[in-house]
Amino acid sequence: MSKKVVVLGEAREGALRNVSFEAIAAAKTVAGGGEIVGLLFGDAVQSLGEEMIKHGADRVITVEHPHLKHYTSDGFGQAFMAVYDQEKPDAIVFGHTALGKDLSPKIASKLASGLISDVTAIDGEGDDAVFIRPIFSGKAFEKVKNKDGLLFITVRPNNIEPLAKDDSRSGDVSSVSVDITNLRSVISEVVRKSTEGVDLSEAKVVIAGGRGVKSAEGFAPLEELANLLGGAVGASRGACDADYCDYSLQIGQTGKVVTPDLYIAAGISGAIQHMAGMSNSKVIVAINKDPEANIFKVADYGIVGDLFEVIPMMIEEIKKVKTN
Amino acid sequence: MNIYALVKRTFDTEERIAVSNGKIVEDGAEFIINPYDEYAIEEAIQVRDEHGGEVTVITIGDEEAEKQLRTALAMGADKAVLINTEDDLDEMDEFTAAKIIAEYLKDKNADLILAGNVAIDGGSGQVGPRVAELLGINYVTTITNLEIEGTSVKIIRDVEGDSETIETSLPLLVTAQQGLNEPRYPSLPGIMKAKKKPLDELELDDLDLDEDDVEAKTETIEIYLPPQKAAGRVLEGDLSHQVKELVDLLNKEAKVL
Ligand SMILES: Cc1cc2nc3c(=O)[nH]c(=O)nc-3n(C[C@H](O)[C@H](O)[C@H](O)COP(=O)(O)OP(=O)(O)OC[C@H]3O[C@@H](n4cnc5c(N)ncnc54)[C@H](O)[C@@H]3O)c2cc1C
Ligand SMILES: Cc1cc2nc3c(=O)[nH]c(=O)nc-3n(C[C@H](O)[C@H](O)[C@H](O)COP(=O)(O)OP(=O)(O)OC[C@H]3O[C@@H](n4cnc5c(N)ncnc54)[C@H](O)[C@@H]3O)c2cc1C
Repeated sequence: MSKKVVVLGEAREGALRNVSFEAIAAAKTVAGGGEIVGLLFGDAVQSLGEEMIKHGADRVITVEHPHLKHYTSDGFGQAFMAVYDQEKPDAIVFGHTALGKDLSPKIASKLASGLISDVTAIDGEGDDAVFIRPIFSGKAFEKVKNKDGLLFITVRPNNIEPLAKDDSRSGDVSSVSVDITNLRSVISEVVRKSTEGVDLSEAKVVIAGGRGVKSAEGFAPLEELANLLGGAVGASRGACDADYCDYSLQIGQTGKVVTPDLYIAAGISGAIQHMAGMSNSKVIVAINKDPEANIFKVADYGIVGDLFEVIPMMIEEIKKVKTN
Repeated sequence: MNIYALVKRTFDTEERIAVSNGKIVEDGAEFIINPYDEYAIEEAIQVRDEHGGEVTVITIGDEEAEKQLRTALAMGADKAVLINTEDDLDEMDEFTAAKIIAEYLKDKNADLILAGNVAIDGGSGQVGPRVAELLGINYVTTITNLEIEGTSVKIIRDVEGDSETIETSLPLLVTAQQGLNEPRYPSLPGIMKAKKKPLDELELDDLDLDEDDVEAKTETIEIYLPPQKAAGRVLEGDLSHQVKELVDLLNKEAKVL
């Protein structure tokens, strides 16, 4: 049976996050030829609709309201339920982002449905689709199936390949007006600490530093390497707690979960809570003075040595490769 | 104030994990209170100490979970409730867990419910918000600071590294993020007192629930360990040679440069 699937798109600083496109690809896999309807909620999101269509959505519905400028579970919940009642989809896909994690259980609870969170891969397609998700802090995986009824999943950023952008695609972008009322949470202040540039959770290359970086200045060579590779700088909790960098760089169970093509861990011991946030990375490089460090167990390539010697040498060597 | 903390007994994921017959091997494994629930318990105790009232810790599990409840009582919680599903349920999912907890809480007039933001074993992060929705109360997830004055609540929450200040009111459910507090260790007198504190045990029947009411919506069909990576290559030779080799491997073998 083909499924009509709704996908919640998510904007960051005026542009759609990649995870929105990855969610569309996941929706395609489960739709069995059914229609993909993109959803966008905010105070001014109409212009983003076309991007979702070019990435595979058949049409897009937007809900615009001043109360949707900042995410609240009540506001977005009301917008979602209004569209849900109109569209009656067979499946729902969100990104497993801060927003998706906060909103999806509320919706699933309202709809008395299952919810398969933090999906990193899908086996099979259509009605036979089975969802793979990490459990036990990434040390194991489970395959989960939806029983009957509404299918609802959230997908981990950077794991599901988005569809190639097709500029020739077109589709309807319509808006639904919803009365957003009675917000029980009021956001009185937002302190943005995330740095500009590459979004850490979507970066293809992450250079992460730990307590071994020893100071805020110690991050400079890591930043240089990240710039050279078009990547982002991340950190362990150890480095954040020691005030070498801001908590917004933290990777792990408490911080961001990343799945780049290349993860370089410098001066990070490899605690399980850190690994929970990066062990799915495609290629892992560990640089650590201690040959016994846990991080070597998940590394594809390791160098036992002082990061302050190794990273500058890497920068020189990569520059050579890049100019050839 | 009427305060509840939701506590899950979890596998200590710092331990080695083995799978046999599609199940995680639990024999001899170390079990702990889910670390994020320790923050929830600690915060519950601090709120009670400041505003008065009582802290009840709730878990769904089997008899083994009594140990984690006793630990929570030793930290300073007043009462514990074990909802024992061992005889009734073979499988459960987040829908099941939330439905059972909400059924227990629905007539308790809770002012504040605290949960962990995620369980380190199941990892879905669903149970807290699901419970709040079933109870019809507001929730705020991944909080790092909580201030209560009367029924007004001011919260700081962590949103992927950014922080949001939220104003809301009781009744409320919050989920704890690391950084909320430093959970205390149970003291020896605490451990002695905990032995005498009430620990109620309930089954689904006591909540007027049938197995059908809580039947899981999803099904785990397989559990497996990630394919063993070919043992990582720790490079050798003098450092400049190692770096050359690494960059060459990243470029030609891994093709990530
Ligand atoms: C509930 C909970 C949640 C947590 N969540 C997270 C999380 O999300 N993310 C996270 O990262 N941690 C988290 N932690 C903390 C985690 O347990 C570790 O304490 C932390 O990851 C350690 O950081 P580190 O590896 O930088 O420091 P350390 O463990 O101190 O390791 C430093 C490493 O640097 C190496 N080193 C030192 N100098 C050099 C040098 N010059 N060159 C090369 N190597 C060098 C050392 O050999 C050592 O291996 C959490 C803990 C708890 C309890
Ligand atoms: C592979 C696997 C197989 C499982 N099989 C079974 C099974 O056969 N039988 C069975 O009974 N259970 C089983 N479970 C457990 C059950 O699926 C989960 O407890 C439930 O779905 C909660 O989901 P979660 O672990 O993702 O918790 P999350 O939603 O991540 O938990 C968030 C918070 O909710 C609260 N919470 C979560 N669970 C409980 C709880 N049990 N009691 C009190 N508070 C809680 C805690 O405060 C926790 O920090 C299994 C779990 C896994 C991972």
